[in-house]
Amino acid sequence: MAEILLSEAEKTFILHGVEEGFRCDGRMRLDYRPMEVETDVVSHASGSARLRLANTDILVGVKTEIDTPYPERPREGKIEFFVDCSANATPAFEGRGGEELGTEISNSLATAYQSSQTFDLTALCILPGQQCWKLYIDILILECGGNLFDAVSLAVKAALHNTRVPKVKGACLDGGTVDLQLSDDPYDCCRLDVSDAPCLVTLCKIGDHCVVDPTAEEETCSSGSVVIAITEKSLVTSVFKTGVGSFHPQTLIDILKVGQTIGLSVNKALRAALLEEEQQGRKKECFGFLK
Amino acid sequence: MTQNVHIRLASQRIDNTIVGTSEVPRLYTPGEIITCRSGFMRGHGTYMEEDALTASVAGVVEQVNKLISVRPIKNRYNGEIGDVVVGRITEVQQKRWKVDTNSRLDSVLLLSSVNLPGGELRRRGTEDEQMMRKYLQEGDLISAEVQKIYDDGSLSLYTRSLKYGKLCQGVLVKVFPSLVKRRKTHFHNLPCGASMILGNNGFIWICPTVSEDEENGLGGFTENLLEVVPRTDREVIARLRNCILALANCKMMLCDTSILYAFEESQKYEVLELLRPEPMLDVCVLTQQRLYMQEDE
Repeated sequence: MAEILLSEAEKTFILHGVEEGFRCDGRMRLDYRPMEVETDVVSHASGSARLRLANTDILVGVKTEIDTPYPERPREGKIEFFVDCSANATPAFEGRGGEELGTEISNSLATAYQSSQTFDLTALCILPGQQCWKLYIDILILECGGNLFDAVSLAVKAALHNTRVPKVKGACLDGGTVDLQLSDDPYDCCRLDVSDAPCLVTLCKIGDHCVVDPTAEEETCSSGSVVIAITEKSLVTSVFKTGVGSFHPQTLIDILKVGQTIGLSVNKALRAALLEEEQQGRKKECFGFLK
Repeated sequence: MTQNVHIRLASQRIDNTIVGTSEVPRLYTPGEIITCRSGFMRGHGTYMEEDALTASVAGVVEQVNKLISVRPIKNRYNGEIGDVVVGRITEVQQKRWKVDTNSRLDSVLLLSSVNLPGGELRRRGTEDEQMMRKYLQEGDLISAEVQKIYDDGSLSLYTRSLKYGKLCQGVLVKVFPSLVKRRKTHFHNLPCGASMILGNNGFIWICPTVSEDEENGLGGFTENLLEVVPRTDREVIARLRNCILALANCKMMLCDTSILYAFEESQKYEVLELLRPEPMLDVCVLTQQRLYMQEDE
């Protein structure tokens, strides 16, 4: 994580604020900053979304490709995450500087999406054991304002919601090779069901308390955070810890309980926003990066 | 415990430009031709391309006789002697500190340009050099004044006055340097119960007001980390922070009056609500109106 410099006095101020339950920007411990989401921002991707959470700016593009399924999972498609940390976000990402953080985020997403009870990969199967869809999810971090995990996972979910997979009209088996015929009409496609896709919720430990949606300054003050992946059905699919600090077992259990309720409301808010955008129909204006 | 999660759509984005009574100036974009006529001199922010004077930055054109330059809307801080700045120590070197002041190059704070703790006046020896990290270490915030500008554009700062020095508990807000109005004084003890340093470099420091007798003239090297800022002060500081960011978001000039007006107009909202775009715009519009009313009087 790109660390920023803070003086001891500033850290103390933040720490006391968290203890008091009144953070530097007026939020309480469990409040999120307002977010903004827009889907279908990249015209040449199968699905895309951009999410802004205060100063954190994430762009996600989804590309579909035909691939052969894993031999041990013949009825499932594939999904691959790649995170690119742009040097525009912070100079520390220049060269290979952002690689470590990128791998950490993509690995955490891969684990969160691994469970068979989350995002349904069987829908991506075309011919069992022979052909399946592979989703390449490319995540671009354009600006870093703290809370990357949550923002990235929400953007990924929005992009998957927007993804359109072309329909397969027919297939002919010619010896060992499969020949697929795809629909020519770009509007003739199927959508993915993202209702079970998980969202990541970061609970950042500052002092003896935990906060959600930490700013970059607050992240500098924290000793460690727990990231929980939760689906809309409040199913926890993965839990991992970042940072160096340790957690008491009882605190960890409390954190998980709190995280579960927050995860539910985050999922609900994203779903409502995506549904609302859907209702605007095809004629919706693309705002993108203007204004 | 409440939990607020708001996710909005890009189509709900609101236009936060406040149209004042004065005319909106013509903005040039990089690569746009300013003039094709010859006889003009090429100033900052412009370049010649095939006999046409072209803008290299986005901003407004300024002309002094034959010299044409483009003043950028968004830029780094260009220091001027006598400016009050807020900066962060990035490096401790021999006899000097490097300070991040939002300019292109890090500024320099020489050991000889600080007041020693206790206000002692003497030559700085090697012992003082070894103690430098005790006075100011990496990450510390200071307020200072620009003493000199070097040939390469980097600044030399000094804190040899009791009003400058190390900053204690509080919040730093970063805005564009061009938004901070140049005033006679940049230190303000606001009536709402907080102090504010409006750095010319766009760094604004908000902290709880310290009473005069508590400051015992140590040159600002005291740091009370055990003291807890009470909740009421915290609310004022957070509200000020959000108001300043709202004003900066609407590209309004920042000075003590505009910030105080925004603070008063924002009272109808919770501090938390000021993070959302609609209340932010509302506060800015009301502030703008009050500023106009004041001008008319």
